[in-house]
Amino acid sequence: EKEVKTRPGRWTGGQADSSSQGAAFPPTFSLSEVKNKQRRHLMFMKLKQEKRKQKMQLKKKRRKEREALGDKAPPKEVPKTIENQRVYDETTVDPEDEEVAFDEGTDEFSAYFNRLTNPKVLITTSDRPRGRTVRFCEQLATVIPDAHVYYRRGLALKRIIPQCVARGFTYLMVINEDRKVPNGMVLCHLPDGPTAHFKVSSVRLRKEMKRRGKDPTMHSPEVILNNFSTRLGHTIGRLFAALFPHDPQFVGRQVATFHNQRDFVFFRFHRYIFKNEKKVGIQELGPRFTLKLRSLQKGTFDSKFGEYEWVLKRHEMDACRRKFQL
Amino acid sequence: MRFTPQVLIFGARCHVHLLSGTCFQQLILVCVCVCVCVCVCVSPQVIWDIIGNKQFCSFKVKTKSQNFCRNEFNLTGLCNRSACPLANSQYATIREEKGQCFLYMKVIERAAFPAKMWEKVKLSKNYEKALEQIDENLIYWPRFIRHKCKQRFTKITQYLIRMRKLVLKRQRKLVPLSRKVERREKRKEEKALIAAQLDNAIEKELLERLKQGTYGDIYNFPVHAFDKALEQQDEESESESEAEEEEEEDDEDVGRREFVAEDEVEESDLSDFEESSEEEEEEEEEMEVETKAKAKAKAKASGSKGKSPAGGSAARRKRAYVEIEYEQETQPAAKSTAT
Repeated sequence: EKEVKTRPGRWTGGQADSSSQGAAFPPTFSLSEVKNKQRRHLMFMKLKQEKRKQKMQLKKKRRKEREALGDKAPPKEVPKTIENQRVYDETTVDPEDEEVAFDEGTDEFSAYFNRLTNPKVLITTSDRPRGRTVRFCEQLATVIPDAHVYYRRGLALKRIIPQCVARGFTYLMVINEDRKVPNGMVLCHLPDGPTAHFKVSSVRLRKEMKRRGKDPTMHSPEVILNNFSTRLGHTIGRLFAALFPHDPQFVGRQVATFHNQRDFVFFRFHRYIFKNEKKVGIQELGPRFTLKLRSLQKGTFDSKFGEYEWVLKRHEMDACRRKFQL
Repeated sequence: MRFTPQVLIFGARCHVHLLSGTCFQQLILVCVCVCVCVCVCVSPQVIWDIIGNKQFCSFKVKTKSQNFCRNEFNLTGLCNRSACPLANSQYATIREEKGQCFLYMKVIERAAFPAKMWEKVKLSKNYEKALEQIDENLIYWPRFIRHKCKQRFTKITQYLIRMRKLVLKRQRKLVPLSRKVERREKRKEEKALIAAQLDNAIEKELLERLKQGTYGDIYNFPVHAFDKALEQQDEESESESEAEEEEEEDDEDVGRREFVAEDEVEESDLSDFEESSEEEEEEEEEMEVETKAKAKAKAKASGSKGKSPAGGSAARRKRAYVEIEYEQETQPAAKSTAT
């Protein structure tokens, strides 16, 4: 009789291998070395399942321990967020800092905060604005009381500014447009105040808002400024605050919010109603947009010879994810 | 085609053996191409014949209606017999470099020296003086060239003036956007928006303002808020004072764990046991005095913080008053003994 030699054929060999693979891997084996895509995929899925199982087991164990300990259990760990891990900024303002208080009492906004001037805003655009920008300006003018929109007839800002000062304006706001969409804002405090240049993004006009309310009325809104913690943040916060009249009319129940989160300033305009002392309902009216500060210049608008207090330097400032300026 | 005798001779002498069998025109062309730079004998007329209409000129730009000349020394910019710098042996131009105007002149005597062919004269910055300079340099030159030079010079000065004016006006600066950076920022903005939880933040802020009373008397329900706040504070202070009492007792006397309420009972007992109870009374009263003082101080402190309004402090005092009631019964005795 013939001797049937059972030579390990391709398939059997493979199976033998797979059975042995479960047991012994060379220590430097990595999943990416397997050339066969299907098998690699399978192995990876198995690995993931294993990991998930271990994680669930760990979680269960921890939960059991926590229940067993009851009151003596260690407090729950707070998850790390970017706000938690924020690099401490040395210019963070301490609420009781006298130097800061003194500075703020004598800076360019002190006239407003001492109730000597009332805000009057001039809103304009860059050359030849398109419909979206024009509508945005109009809506801004309804949000900010005592705001006037003027068409920019190719005039130079340096020429406009003395005329504005002569007519008693306190703010000049220029919305810059690119490709039919507003994308920049220059906010200049007029008598001789700082000029801030922002990048504007995510502009939503009134008719694009869902579940919005009726148009804002002529009452002065309240202002909420959140999370402006550093010196620079304080300056910008005061810049925004001085846009609105001192005394909000609570009858109108309108509130304008400038919320700073990770150097993005979100602007929202709401109407609120107190249902009871624990609940308040808010309804968004008005445009919404996001601002990111690009530069802050001392003095009125002068891009060539102006003195810049702060300029966004991307390579320095965006290198660390946990470092913020405002 | 008219050929000048020199060319014929040259061609006949030098090139016949090379180009045997080719036609006569090609022969002439080769001669001209080879010789036009080197040999003075090629006349401008010949050159124009070649490059003007018949053959290729690398400076010529042809459009539907007109031909332009891209040669930088061209006076008018058009491709004409009179304006072609190659086809005129005596030629002049005005050229401008960094705001300075120069008059360039070419004469036939220097046609053999291409490096020194163009004579460059700097013109004065004064318009009239420059015109006089042009006149004086181009005296006895053809009228066409003089006229065109002056015209060109005028145009150049005008555009220089306009350049200087424009610099003073608004200048548009184009800032390039990096696509990667924009994409990254967009994503960061989205994440920041999610982290901000704007609605919650706004609601919280509004409720805080309501609690602090910035809205005054507009809304009616704040009363409940104050009552609730009161109750909360009472509970807090109760627990605080109890904790302090406990601490004091632990500090002073380990055995003593007596609260104010219980003293009444013991006082009645004390009346039975006078001697031993007196000391106890004193100590208890001391404790009571101290705790009363502490409670009073706390009430004052909380009152001064201003967290609870006037109504709150009234309730506070009410509570303290209750304690005093108990103590007043024994106070006359305490005054005599404790002090």
